Amino acid sequence: MTDFYCIIRNNKIVKDGVVLFEQENKPDNDFLTEAYDKLGISYPKFYKMDRLSKLGFIAAELLLSTIQGKYQADELAIVLSNSNSSLDTDLRFWDSVKTQASPSLFVYTLPNIVIGEICIRHGIKGENLFFVSPQFDSDWISSYVDMLLVGKKAKFCLAGWIDILADRADVFLYLTDKSISSSKISERYHSWNN
Amino acid sequence: MEQLTLNLKKQIIEVLNLKHLRPEDIVNDQPLFGDGLGLDSIDALELIVLLQQQYSIRLADPQEGPKIFKSVNTMAEYIKANQKP
Repeated sequence: MTDFYCIIRNNKIVKDGVVLFEQENKPDNDFLTEAYDKLGISYPKFYKMDRLSKLGFIAAELLLSTIQGKYQADELAIVLSNSNSSLDTDLRFWDSVKTQASPSLFVYTLPNIVIGEICIRHGIKGENLFFVSPQFDSDWISSYVDMLLVGKKAKFCLAGWIDILADRADVFLYLTDKSISSSKISERYHSWNN
Repeated sequence: MEQLTLNLKKQIIEVLNLKHLRPEDIVNDQPLFGDGLGLDSIDALELIVLLQQQYSIRLADPQEGPKIFKSVNTMAEYIKANQKP
């Protein structure tokens, strides 16, 4: 059974309960770039991404490496959610408009672009959705993932919560090929809060 | 011209977030798009903005883009020919 998860918050990157990277007192963007270097990832487009995409990219990189070669392009679904949509980048774009609107910021002013970046990187063509909700809803996500897996719409599902605004990043992604109870997902989401 | 091409390389790296590159990694006549530096259509828009902001040059005919943005050399030549004193 495939059951992996990744948490990025409080300047820590945790995979399956193990801290892989930690950086004290750094703004998020430096944190993400340093994490990219330290984790030995090589994908120059990473530098061009907005912070939401960088977060999703790193978490997906860590999780999808566990099932490399085990799925066809259309067999992996991605179901993500957050509360701030793309507001972190929307505000930066709005700021750029005061002088010269930035095309490279504009293309990230939708929350589901992070899914696109993950799909491009890993050649994924499966079902994908991005929900915006006030808080992480483990019941909703787990039921949606179950529906995709049980209905044979996907062999694996990358799902969870990916949110960022100002200095607060909150990422919980999990990768599964079987039903995981809502309570277990919720318990994992609430771990590593300090 | 040498100073202009060096400045252009620094500006391209900065505005396009090519943080894995140094100016000396970009060859003057290396293609910027496709198999060269691998830039995409959004990068092309950023290069148009760069010309406007840094050199006060507004691209009159967008069809000219592929010719102007072929390489650092072609960009420098276009700037030299079109920048007002």
